[in-house]
Amino acid sequence: MSSLSSPPHPKERRIIFENISLPGYTPDIDCYLAHGGYESLRKAVTMQPTEIVDAVKAANLRGRGGAGFPCGTKWSFIKYDDGKPHYIVVNGDESEPGTFKDRYILHQDPHQLIEGLAISAFATNTHLAYIYIRCEFPHAAKIVWNAIQEAHAKGFLGKNILGTGFDLDIFVHQGAGAYICGEETSLLESLEGKRPYPRIKPPYFPAVLGLYMKPTIVNNVETLCHVKHILRLGAAEYAKMGTPGDGGTRTMCVSGDVVRTGIFEMPCGAVTMRELIFDLCGGLKPGRSLKAVIPGGSSAKVMRADEVYKIKVKGPDGAMIDKDLPMLDVVLDASTLQSVGTMIGSAGLMVLDDSRDMVWVLNNLNQFYAHESCGQCTPCREGSLWMSKMTTRMLAGGGRPEDPKNLKNIADNIAGRTICAFGEACSWPTQSFLAKFPEEFDKAAG
Amino acid sequence: MSEPTKRQADDIPPAFETEADELVSHYPVSKRSASLPLLHLWQREFGFVDDSGVEWIAAKLDLTPINILELVTFYPWFRRAAAGKVVIRVCRTLACAMAGSHEVKERFCESVGLDPHAEHHGFGTPPPTTADGKFSVEFVECLASCGSAPVALIDDDLVENIQPADVAAIVAKLK
Ligand SMILES: Cc1cc2nc3c(=O)[nH]c(=O)nc-3n(C[C@H](O)[C@H](O)[C@H](O)COP(=O)(O)O)c2cc1C
Ligand code: SF4
Ligand code: FES
Repeated sequence: MSSLSSPPHPKERRIIFENISLPGYTPDIDCYLAHGGYESLRKAVTMQPTEIVDAVKAANLRGRGGAGFPCGTKWSFIKYDDGKPHYIVVNGDESEPGTFKDRYILHQDPHQLIEGLAISAFATNTHLAYIYIRCEFPHAAKIVWNAIQEAHAKGFLGKNILGTGFDLDIFVHQGAGAYICGEETSLLESLEGKRPYPRIKPPYFPAVLGLYMKPTIVNNVETLCHVKHILRLGAAEYAKMGTPGDGGTRTMCVSGDVVRTGIFEMPCGAVTMRELIFDLCGGLKPGRSLKAVIPGGSSAKVMRADEVYKIKVKGPDGAMIDKDLPMLDVVLDASTLQSVGTMIGSAGLMVLDDSRDMVWVLNNLNQFYAHESCGQCTPCREGSLWMSKMTTRMLAGGGRPEDPKNLKNIADNIAGRTICAFGEACSWPTQSFLAKFPEEFDKAAG
Repeated sequence: MSEPTKRQADDIPPAFETEADELVSHYPVSKRSASLPLLHLWQREFGFVDDSGVEWIAAKLDLTPINILELVTFYPWFRRAAAGKVVIRVCRTLACAMAGSHEVKERFCESVGLDPHAEHHGFGTPPPTTADGKFSVEFVECLASCGSAPVALIDDDLVENIQPADVAAIVAKLK
């Protein structure tokens, strides 16, 4: 674990990874308590549940799982006193290629997650929660389950938590190797023991009909950890670290062709692409130059290093004016990345240097999506496979002149026509690679 | 796939049932939720899930066998026949592929004596396995450790930053 064991870069601010980066920090409850553990939960139980939800809203916390939905707003869809059972399901499926942050929390600081989860349960009148962990993290499942028992023994979970009369049970549920289970409605089907086909929307939110058709919150592991820090620092202080629409810190995972890959935690919007790649990650490998970055997990639209985006900003007189924004000057927060046509997603950045063949890169991703489509919707099931077969054939020297057009056509006919957002996730790479690197696809098409 | 003559369910150890009941108790709202945990338990105990396993789990949860079989054939993790004693899962996805995981996987296959280019289609079939039943090697998708690519999951343990030249020594330790 390279980047976390070295001292933070001046641009970094470790909150989520504060404990984990301490030398000798262990995942047991005594170590957690010695580092201020469960103080936020103690505070939470003295607050009104609505106060907690309002604090999370005021903190501008966005979900860290990929969709970036405002967390407090999601919680406010749960009606505290509707007389129905409520559930919270933690998404620890972490399987979006390029993303590797939750694994550290689950393995090394499980109580941080349990504390955040207990606070969210208290705020939403929830008495049963599940932590869904991908089965490729077998040690994490044991560590988290052990942490749950420790928290029970100390009165932070179970019956009558901290003498408040509030009850909460948490169990661990392991996945079985399917990427689609990260999609929240697939995850719920998986947890119900069914074939994990994503559910048809509407309802758009599990808060309406979730686990066992009851109001349910699904949050990412990291998202719930942030809740602890919102209570600790206060919503205003927490929000102030980030940008107006994107509060707090964000953990960013960098992989690919940089000198120092790894995980970095920064206030939202604190760094540009240039600073992340050249300062924090030490730049490209010797003799190499930057070609492209996939900024938010494998499905985020690719950014080309020499692109200059046209964005609208507020001018001195308040009117909106056009501005040129070179790719390396893009600030890495949710709204800036959205304004340049891609997304922060799960903040898994994959860096590609000038040695990379973009047809090869796209083919790798196409094979991933073809393998992971659940098969429910014809456009996704067939289209993801066609795209994968076509790029495989192009790489093998069998390209045909009509391939780029056909690839685009297939992708355009998946996105927006499927049950779940996997349809977009598998189309965006093809659409953006073709749009940004047409010369390479034309060449491979022969 | 030849039908195993022995039914796994004929050999259930006493502690198994207790552990299964404990897992079922984690799902107070719906027993059906315990189907994945019971499949994991079964595969850990017996190495794979045969028809008797599908039937036993279904009966335990008041389901029909197809409710369990459709999970075994959906999830890449489960298999209907034995895999190797040691299962080596090399990450195939982008960051690992860029760092050389295809070559790493080939080295693993060669070191244990498997065809590096054998195809594996999933749907409940076991990964390619050596004749002596010691090793299976397969590609899996992103293991969420892209920053230390290329990686492999060897049984329960993640091995990071694997260089092709390291593979023979890793395999020697497993033998
Ligand atoms: C195909 C697909 C895969 C996803 N995989 C994950 C995942 O591995 N982990 C995760 O937290 N969210 C994943 N999500 C997002 C979830 O559906 C959901 O939005 C998220 O867990 C909500 O939590 P948050 O609001 O705290 O981010 C995925 C979404 C899609 C469409
Ligand atoms: S879009 Fe793809 S993954 Fe999502 S439900 Fe349809 S077939 Fe399944
Ligand atoms: S691509 Fe191999 S761990 Fe993510």
